[in-house]
Amino acid sequence: MNAAGFPILSLITFLPLAGALVIAFVRGEEQVVASNARWTALWTSLITFGLSLILWFRFDRSSPEMQFVERLEWLPDYGVAYGMGVDGLSVLFVLLCTLLTPLCILASWDSVEVRVREYMAAFLVLEAAMVGFFCATDLLLFFLFFEMVLIPMFLIIGIWGGERRVYAAFKFFLYTLAGSLLMLLAIIFLWYRVGTTDIAALVEAGVEPRFQIWLFLAFFAAFAVKVPMWPVHTWLPDAHVEAPTAGSVILAGVLLKLGGYGFVRLSLPLFPQASAELAPLIFALSVIAIVYTSYVALAQEDMKKLIAYSSVAHMGIVTLGIFTFNHQGLSGAVFQMLAHGIVSSALFLCVGVLYNRIHSRDIARYGGVAKVMPAFAVVFMLFSMANVALPGTANFVGEFLVIVSAMRVSFWLAFGAALGMILSAAYMLWLYWRVAFGRVTRDSIRALLDMSPREYATFAPLVLLVLWMGIYPQSFLSFFEASVASLVEQHEAAVGGGARRLAEILAR
Amino acid sequence: MYVGAVFFPLLGACISGFLGRWTGPVAARWTTVVCMALAAVCGVTAFIAVAFGHEPTTVPITTWIAAGGLEVSWALRYDTLSAVMVGMVTFISFLIHLYSVGYMAHDPTQPRFFAYLSLFTFMMLMLVTADNLVQLFFGWEGVGLASYLLIGYWYERESANAAALKAFVVNRVGDLCFMLGVALTFWTFGSLEFASIFGAVDQHLSDRFLGVPVLELIAVLLFLGACGKSAQIGLHTWLPDAMEGPTPVSALIHAATMVTAGVFLVARMSPLFEYAPNALAIVTVVGAVTAFFAATVGCVQNDIKRIIAYSTCSQLGYMFFAAGVGAYQVAMFHLFTHAFFKALLFLGAGSVIHAMSDEQDIRKMGGIWTKIPVTYAVMWVGSLALAGIPIFAGYYSKDAILEVAFASHSATGMLAFALGLAAAFLTAFYSWRLLILVFHGEPRADHEVMEHVHESPLVMLVPLLVLAAGAVVTGYLFSPFFIGEAWQAFWAGSIHNAPDNHILHDMHEVPAWVPLAPTVAGIAGIALAYILYMFAPGVPARLAASFRGLYLFLLNKWYFDELYSAVFVRPTLALSRLAFRVGDQRIIDGVPNGAAVLAVDAARGAARIQSGRVANYAFTMIIGLVLFVSLIFLGTAR
Repeated sequence: MNAAGFPILSLITFLPLAGALVIAFVRGEEQVVASNARWTALWTSLITFGLSLILWFRFDRSSPEMQFVERLEWLPDYGVAYGMGVDGLSVLFVLLCTLLTPLCILASWDSVEVRVREYMAAFLVLEAAMVGFFCATDLLLFFLFFEMVLIPMFLIIGIWGGERRVYAAFKFFLYTLAGSLLMLLAIIFLWYRVGTTDIAALVEAGVEPRFQIWLFLAFFAAFAVKVPMWPVHTWLPDAHVEAPTAGSVILAGVLLKLGGYGFVRLSLPLFPQASAELAPLIFALSVIAIVYTSYVALAQEDMKKLIAYSSVAHMGIVTLGIFTFNHQGLSGAVFQMLAHGIVSSALFLCVGVLYNRIHSRDIARYGGVAKVMPAFAVVFMLFSMANVALPGTANFVGEFLVIVSAMRVSFWLAFGAALGMILSAAYMLWLYWRVAFGRVTRDSIRALLDMSPREYATFAPLVLLVLWMGIYPQSFLSFFEASVASLVEQHEAAVGGGARRLAEILAR
Repeated sequence: MYVGAVFFPLLGACISGFLGRWTGPVAARWTTVVCMALAAVCGVTAFIAVAFGHEPTTVPITTWIAAGGLEVSWALRYDTLSAVMVGMVTFISFLIHLYSVGYMAHDPTQPRFFAYLSLFTFMMLMLVTADNLVQLFFGWEGVGLASYLLIGYWYERESANAAALKAFVVNRVGDLCFMLGVALTFWTFGSLEFASIFGAVDQHLSDRFLGVPVLELIAVLLFLGACGKSAQIGLHTWLPDAMEGPTPVSALIHAATMVTAGVFLVARMSPLFEYAPNALAIVTVVGAVTAFFAATVGCVQNDIKRIIAYSTCSQLGYMFFAAGVGAYQVAMFHLFTHAFFKALLFLGAGSVIHAMSDEQDIRKMGGIWTKIPVTYAVMWVGSLALAGIPIFAGYYSKDAILEVAFASHSATGMLAFALGLAAAFLTAFYSWRLLILVFHGEPRADHEVMEHVHESPLVMLVPLLVLAAGAVVTGYLFSPFFIGEAWQAFWAGSIHNAPDNHILHDMHEVPAWVPLAPTVAGIAGIALAYILYMFAPGVPARLAASFRGLYLFLLNKWYFDELYSAVFVRPTLALSRLAFRVGDQRIIDGVPNGAAVLAVDAARGAARIQSGRVANYAFTMIIGLVLFVSLIFLGTAR
């Protein structure tokens, strides 16, 4: 068995599902049902979070191995098993999911008024799928969870979304599905060659270099859409704009990380040569994402769209960091994903706070919010600054490590990555100015009330985390130190030329 | 003591910022003042212990970032260089907190103001006590944040918000270069701790990167970062606009402390800059041009704070070219004295503005010197120090700067000397133009304002008097240690001079006219100001009319803002709209949307085929059959 003494990962994964089932069977008057559904969902997600904290305390940080491993034969004839486990790269993502879900439920407490029961059930299913995704050690299971995430998210956008929700939901669904179909083909191919879908066994077996490029591209299609990388990013702003606040939070906080995590978990170890070969392509796309989408963000008049574009730019830093293949870059990328998970979630929550009051995402409808909502202004400022990667906040650590590691590859790559520093400051502070500063001219703004206790409760953990991750990131970096080191080692051994490339760079 | 000097301001900021709403403004502001007083006691004690007791020390706190070989820690490094800054920053910050108690007395959101001010001080102290480049960057960005918040303190004014945004973004341009410099430093030295970098400089003298010596590249990148923070020409445009903030802020941040961070950085990295001669030449030229440029612009401005802001810009230029010729000690000395007299001038200006019912245009002042005699006197002291008149603080440091520029015997050094001398003349001229227009002549304000002109309360005058005393004595008292015979013992190696750099010795061997020149230039500038504005007040207007082109060029600050607006700001916004409307909405979204439309059309078309009419089906079958058969024939024919 594992360090916890019981199948903890399965429990964390399927407890929300059980909660969803319970909610689905609640019957009675609509008001009572809604209230019961909310409380059941909240308690389920809180208990799940509590359980997942065991991972935080019992995880052995010095080991790069999979921990809390569970394995059940599923289709033994086909080499398919139900395998769960977490290593340093995934454990914190599990915690991110279990942390954000209760916050999302809190954030949709009053703002979701119709079909509350279905909404809460959808959220719990979503949580189960996300946690399962990060725990899966079997490729088929990985794929199943990857797809399973789509359904509740599709419903959340399509049912509880804004005016153009159907368009956005379909765009989201089709984009991601198109990508993952290619991945499915690649998975079948891998299974056909090796006869198993166990990820570790596949990595062990290796893939012949001549297939690597195509397989890499197939996986890339799925992950690049999820990240999203330029130019397949346009589903994201639409999805964000139409999604309810909590949907945006999960979308930005966790769903985007499925892609980045996929690169780290599968693309790099399975196809090292192809990764190395295609790294320049990824760098180009990443730098374009950073610069181009930052520009696009500047032109936005919709708060959510602006933050959505800023997410694309920040995820560009992540993909760039991953494909530098060195310790700083990979650590920075993983850290940046976690940091972005906290910060962009918090920013969407901030927008949600305003949206709940004014029912508009139009920046021009605001102005002078700081005057009437001072506490909110502080929180919003903190997360704006975090998004700008101010040192002392979480994002800085990630961006700093990625820029440092990009410098190892090329000066101009580092320059491209760092350009985001200027542009993010421009669009973020301009947004803040237009929303929070200025004179209060509208009665709707004058009548605003500052944050409610429930909103304080939602933001408190995020505020704490963003500062903790910024000031003492060691608590988090130490989780994946060993895993990243072994990943880098593995990659360099596989590429072989790693040392040669390095020598070339130094000689230049 | 070492920890207290840095963290007391943070404590004050937290108490005032988070609890200020409950404690009320009075308790909040006095809490921060008391915390600053404690910090100042600690800071000055630390300065004495480290600089005169020769006990450099490093207080480790904890690890910050460790990933692979990259390790960065939180620590407080106290050597003479940082101790000088800590002592100066805590002391001046305390005085400015005290002054603000009077100046901001009628402001409704004081806890916020004092929290920002203390937060700034904390960040500045983190910057100067950093023992690695990343912590320095933490402080660097932290002071940027505090500066942004304080410039935009009156956030209901659109101009204040614009200035705050501009300050942050322009600084970020410099920070980008700083960041790249840090990254390059890591791959060159394998460490970001100062001690390990400085110890390994001589192993990397011949390393090259992108075809240039790596040390040169690092030095240039770091210097570009310094240009942003210290408002050197090209990246200076944010500083004059930053005067939108309350006046004590201008005194603390945009005169005495934050803007000097760039100079501090160059001095801190002196072991590296010393081996990057081309980078130093760039530093010299940029500094000299800035000193001259800002002084010319200062001569024609009409806003009392903007004149002093350009003066700051110009004085920072002096510090840079002093560092550029290798005399970091002299640069630090000017930084030190400048902090006193420039803070004095700003606070004096604040006192004037306070007295004139928030008027800042010097054309609407005049004739008030009898009504606010103390302010008048301290403004005189500050101006004398700024102009470099003997026995005042500025005399010792500015003279030394021009001497080292001359003594460097390089082309860039001579350029700096010439421009510096011209700037010294202009400095004296605009200082006295300001003094005369503000205090003398006929009152040009309306009657109501003049009725209200009053001397500031004691809580504002005490800091002014203390700073005035500093502006008189710091030069005389400290010059033996900073640049005089005791400099080696005083700096104790915290600033590095290459073995062949004897500039501090050579500066005493310049021709006899060199030390006299700045004083003469200063007196000439004062005399000219008296002639033009006191005795022949019609002349400036006539001069402006006859040299209209030059006048407008200067009045519009060499058209930097217009240029940047045309080259950067507007194209950026246009490009961003283009990227969104055309790039994203038309092209990128056009493909899937187009595909969707096609799919729908195709589906409609397919639906139309299934019309249910037998004739249609038969026709389709025949067409299909023909196509099929012809394909088979084509296949066999080959």
